[in-house]
Amino acid sequence: MKATSPLQALDRRSFLKATALAGGGMALSLSLGGGSSAQGIEAGGTLTNFVTIDRSGKVTITAKNPEIGQGVMTSLPMLIAEELDCDWAKVKVVQADYDAARYERQRAGGSFAIPDEYLPMRRAGAAARAMLVEAAANASGIAASELSTKAGFVRHGASGREWSYGELADAAALLRAPDLLNIPLKDPKLFRIIGKPTTGADSHRVLAGEALFGIDANMPGMLHAVVETSPAHGGKLKSVDDSAARAAHGVVAVIRLDGVGGPSVMPDGVAVVATNHWYAEQARKLLKLEWDLSASKGHSLDAYAQRAAQSHDARSGHDLRRDGDPAAALTNSAKVVKARYSYPFIAHATLEPQNCTAVFKDGRLEMWAPTQTPGRGVSLIAEHLGIPARNQTLHITRIGGGFGRRLFADFMVQAAAIAKAMPGKPVQLLWSREEDIKRDYYRPGGWHSFEAGIDDTGKLTAFTDHFVTLGEGGKAHRSAGMPPTHFPADLVPDLQYRHEVIDTVIPMGPLRAPSSNALAFAFQGFLDEVAEAGGKDLPTLMLELCAGDQVVGEDTNAWGSGFAFRTKRARGVIAHVMKQSGWISQPRGGGRGFGFGFYFSHKGYFAEVADVSVSGSETKVNRIWVAADVGSQIVNPFGAEAQVTGAVIDGLGQLFGQRISFQDGAIEQQNFDTFPLARIGVTPQIDIDWVLTDNPPTGLGEPALPPAIPAVTNAIYAATGKRIRDLPLNRA
Amino acid sequence: MADDPEEREFTLSINGEEQRIRATPDMPLLWALRQEAGLSGVKFGCGAALCGACTVHLDGNPVRSCVIPVAAAENSDITTIEGLQDDPTARKLFDAWLETDVMQCGYCQAGQIMSAHALLRRTPKPSPDDIDMAMSGNICRCGTYLRIREAIRIASGQEES
Repeated sequence: MKATSPLQALDRRSFLKATALAGGGMALSLSLGGGSSAQGIEAGGTLTNFVTIDRSGKVTITAKNPEIGQGVMTSLPMLIAEELDCDWAKVKVVQADYDAARYERQRAGGSFAIPDEYLPMRRAGAAARAMLVEAAANASGIAASELSTKAGFVRHGASGREWSYGELADAAALLRAPDLLNIPLKDPKLFRIIGKPTTGADSHRVLAGEALFGIDANMPGMLHAVVETSPAHGGKLKSVDDSAARAAHGVVAVIRLDGVGGPSVMPDGVAVVATNHWYAEQARKLLKLEWDLSASKGHSLDAYAQRAAQSHDARSGHDLRRDGDPAAALTNSAKVVKARYSYPFIAHATLEPQNCTAVFKDGRLEMWAPTQTPGRGVSLIAEHLGIPARNQTLHITRIGGGFGRRLFADFMVQAAAIAKAMPGKPVQLLWSREEDIKRDYYRPGGWHSFEAGIDDTGKLTAFTDHFVTLGEGGKAHRSAGMPPTHFPADLVPDLQYRHEVIDTVIPMGPLRAPSSNALAFAFQGFLDEVAEAGGKDLPTLMLELCAGDQVVGEDTNAWGSGFAFRTKRARGVIAHVMKQSGWISQPRGGGRGFGFGFYFSHKGYFAEVADVSVSGSETKVNRIWVAADVGSQIVNPFGAEAQVTGAVIDGLGQLFGQRISFQDGAIEQQNFDTFPLARIGVTPQIDIDWVLTDNPPTGLGEPALPPAIPAVTNAIYAATGKRIRDLPLNRA
Repeated sequence: MADDPEEREFTLSINGEEQRIRATPDMPLLWALRQEAGLSGVKFGCGAALCGACTVHLDGNPVRSCVIPVAAAENSDITTIEGLQDDPTARKLFDAWLETDVMQCGYCQAGQIMSAHALLRRTPKPSPDDIDMAMSGNICRCGTYLRIREAIRIASGQEES
């Protein structure tokens, strides 16, 4: 079947439309699908625009996606500005509100912004440029083909005449927008903005302390809400005694919130609303709530680990994949390597705790939310609270970290429920750090039992993994799964992936490079053992496994699903990082060693080498080299390098000390003392090389993280001879 | 419950101006600044002096405003990021911050600047160890630490070592 790619489908439904600004100038609107027509939007007349040019030549570009620190408020407007051929220094970037009729894919996740928007955003800019050129042609009688543009001016080379975009904006606004699908785009060799290190569009405003984040939403008379939820996951609220809380200083209301849609939408809880967050927090502690915790019984991390060990011993579960005859191949191999690996649950711990500000008035809900999926919040509120989407307005704020936590909209549903109970009163819901850690959708823990067979040349001939993971009704949670195409599938003839699922009440969800952030540690750690048993090092084994030009799996183009893995691109970054780092597999002596890790996720190929020193109980990461293949073009080198270094440091934080544990469904960590995040002192030197290949540019929010962890654990082995098979390194 | 803390009027010196706010004496300065004095630069991250997002200066010293009761700040000069906009040392930090594009999500950054500013006033040419020491109380969840180091070095007028 020949499927239509989303991009092609989008192009057919996309059109551009120009409208004159009330004060003169041109506003160019790109409308992407949504079933509307040019006519319909014209009649609506309330467009949110991608590009606005006023008569002074000032360009305003709308950033449609939520900014969680991944840099899309800068990189996506850069794509537009490049093709518009304007002066970046004169561009103002504004954040779009959520608007499903005008924007597609208004979300932040999956490292999808660059692969999804690289062409659509450039086309929007190119169309605006074409209209400005046409306006100059009309005004001068010179053929458009003789005109060029540069940095906000249309020029006629032969005569030396030029017109600023500001001068042309009024006339351009009256023209019909060109066909997006056929709009010519710049030769990348001519890029002046794409590829140039560009400072974050709103950074100066953050430094001025401006009110940009969700928590900063403010309006006269605004009240402050906090929520008390079950001490253990799976708890149900039985009774509420709120007499003391109601009598507490500053308290305006106490509102019982009956859960809707299960824990992923809104669990049972009680909201305390006061005139100041502090008063609400103090009063919350006075609530006397009775919970039915029967469903939480027995849900303890230690119990799960025991069950996993039993499952491994009994080889229970079912096949996710079986190629050839792995049992026979193991029996016939010259050497068998076995090891078990585990990793814990971890929390997202966005530095800005979950919050949402809402006001419900005359049947309409207006919200300010730091959300990665604005549409999800709106539709859940429509479904569960009965406020139709058309009666909701959602302002997307700047967001103090996402990491996948804000793909869930539980905090929006809570805020809307509270606001709905207090019509006319603006309310800001803000979670305490303790609530934020206690009520997350955690990266699931997992337990792997590996066996590998190698022949007498050290070649990997058989590979099995028995993966005990978590889910519901025997089905692995989406963030706890493993694709059957996972490396080294298709590259080893006899291979088995076995799966067993423990049912859990602990909520789980995607965390930066979901599944990959855990699987990379286990698989690359074990393959390091296999390489050693075969008398070689891990990058050499990886190059051998990837020796043929193979494509494993398929590109599905669906959000969050798997992608085709190309061995050639893997070889490229592996060979590169070996040279880049001066790779040496032997221990360096004095407690110092190098370790290697490779991983493919979110369409990106990353090979990383860590240089680590171990002295007593102290592990210091001295340096990490990263070789990355994310296609042909780095859009914003500043932002791109920041995503890589940030992801590596995030990985170090996970590796060193992050662990969420629970007893009878109750999370045992509360704050950053027991759930430590990476601090400045752990930060190594990080060297990044971009291995540019002739492939479409892809995203960087996630794929640098997974290989950093095994690179360090394998380096610890090289330094000390001690295998790290269980994370984290230290327990808080 | 314990005694209901009495709300009263406090006169606070914030960024060189006297401001009257109403609060209970135990209210952390953070909430007085954010929700009573209307300053948005200071951020809430942990409420337990563990992350540094709420760092402000009390008489020039960096403190975690989430654990300082408003009553304890009454006789001090309080400075927030808003009050540093025209300060020469802060301007150098802002310029270096933008030049090196430190910021990712940006949520911790006002707190980082407050700590960096206090460091540079104490130690105008900090060593790499001085920088790590002074900044160790400020968590950046995005991991911008490499550029924080670089920006402080640039702001202090030191060459790359």
